[in-house]
Amino acid sequence: MSKHAFRGLYVIAAVLLVLPFVLPNSFYVDLVIRMAINAIIVLGLNLLFGFAGQISLGHAGFLGIGAYASAALPTFLGWHPLLAMAAGAAAAGALAALVARPIFRLKGQYLAMATLGLGIIINIVVRNEAAWTGGPDGMPVPAMAFGSFEISGDKHWYWIVAFLLCVSIWASINLIDSPFGRALRALHGSEVASKVVGVQVVRYKVVIFVLSAVFASIMGSITALYVGFVTPTIADFFHSIELVTMVVIGGMGSIYGSVLGAVLLTALPQALATFEGWETVVFGAILMLCMIFLPRGLVPTLAARLGKGA
Amino acid sequence: MLAEFLQFLFSGITVGSTYALAALGFTLIYNSSHVINFAQGEFIMLGGMLAVYFTQTGLGLPLSILLAIALPAVVGLVLEKVAIEPVKGAEPVTLIIITIGASLVLRGLIQIWLGKGTFSLPAFSGEQPIEVLGATLMPQSLWVMGVTAVVVCALWYFFARTLYGKAMLATSYNRVAAEMVGINTDGVLFLSFAMSAALGALGGILLTPITLTSYDAGIMLGLKGFVGAVLGGLGNGLGAVVGGLLVGVLEAMGAGYISSSYKDAIPFVLILLILFFRPNGLFGGKTTDRV
Repeated sequence: MSKHAFRGLYVIAAVLLVLPFVLPNSFYVDLVIRMAINAIIVLGLNLLFGFAGQISLGHAGFLGIGAYASAALPTFLGWHPLLAMAAGAAAAGALAALVARPIFRLKGQYLAMATLGLGIIINIVVRNEAAWTGGPDGMPVPAMAFGSFEISGDKHWYWIVAFLLCVSIWASINLIDSPFGRALRALHGSEVASKVVGVQVVRYKVVIFVLSAVFASIMGSITALYVGFVTPTIADFFHSIELVTMVVIGGMGSIYGSVLGAVLLTALPQALATFEGWETVVFGAILMLCMIFLPRGLVPTLAARLGKGA
Repeated sequence: MLAEFLQFLFSGITVGSTYALAALGFTLIYNSSHVINFAQGEFIMLGGMLAVYFTQTGLGLPLSILLAIALPAVVGLVLEKVAIEPVKGAEPVTLIIITIGASLVLRGLIQIWLGKGTFSLPAFSGEQPIEVLGATLMPQSLWVMGVTAVVVCALWYFFARTLYGKAMLATSYNRVAAEMVGINTDGVLFLSFAMSAALGALGGILLTPITLTSYDAGIMLGLKGFVGAVLGGLGNGLGAVVGGLLVGVLEAMGAGYISSSYKDAIPFVLILLILFFRPNGLFGGKTTDRV
């Protein structure tokens, strides 16, 4: 990480500034908003995968917590959407901490199993508690408003999400370069060695997991507020897998890889719409091919190639 | 009271047998390669769907079943050859994602080929229920339990008494040492994929007359089989069988006594509890790592 780590951020910021003026219609604005939302979630997830070496197969569950907090709390209890968003984030964080503490004492891929279970449980709860969640049909989400000013439509949300994306990238770069980030990278390198030099392994892993869950919950809230409606599919297993795929295709441990992975995989279903019925097969095949031929992900592999050529 | 309990127990053991076969499949592959094969559930689905397809084309039930086991086994072999072997030694995450990709491909292909409908097989030997202490037992349940028991015994014999079985066990204990005494560990990996695919498919075929099947039936069945494998201590064959049965029974009891709408959540609550309190599974010993 050096000065040029920020170069990519400047490029992304510039692109985000120009895009609304060149995009032909609101279909594309919507697509970019969804790309940016996914990119922010994936950044959080990638901190966990790439730097703590642990994977989560249930992150959509945390998205679901945020989304449903934003839907149910204002609707049934009259809470302000901002407060509801904070409550969702707190709940997701607390749940993540509760699960992570015992799990991270163990070695190996137990977090994958625990989060898999957790994600599916959250999804089942959301489907079953119809009085609070609307059940399988979902429920509308009251808009975020301050006084008489209501945040709605893709114009407002575009700028909010674009701003959040830039801040997230900036924060991630700084985090990785901080003592905390160095400790995390040491963890991924060798746990024993980092323990020996005094890194509190369990604590760091718990912190990064909780952080990624909070990230996901907030973005779940924002997704719900932006779309104005929430259904259980936001919390289902397949959505978790999509998020994992974005991380891995972009490149584990690569910040710009997260952005690229999110952009590509959000656009993919649109591109695959022409395959009519073959979407699942093509999606699965792309996953396999990427992992077989680019096991480190797009950005790290390309960076290594370019580095060699120079 | 007793009748009700027995009823839940029967249905639990029946579906648990399929979980047990799937859990054995997870265990076989995990032992030979440390891959957690998330495509295992698709083999269960393939077995059921192919058996339905072959019987509908007019082949007799025995031949259909044979084909519906053999074909998934071939799919397992192909999967190992084209997708797992080339990336041997990659990070666990990479391998997990490859198997997830494979499961999407299989599910998608079946959906295109056979559609999104729900299918059933006729029961193997009639629908005349058997009365046991006030509870009813379908003949198909006996088939499921009986065949599972036979398969488990056959596997035990294979691992305890035959050279191939011992070679597979040796590979799971220590790959390098196994290679040094001349065991073809790549062959072991190859064989384990075929066996676990066949086991999954068999479970799917046996269960189809009871629970029906569709292109997406494999996801939940596979995940619950996985819970069974973890419950028994991932990598422990006997544990996988007991774990699978236990998942089935607890699920049926939970559905009967607590809430049927939360039936599917029970295995996953179970997996969290087991990870918190007995991370090596019910039968796993303490492990130590060499640094």
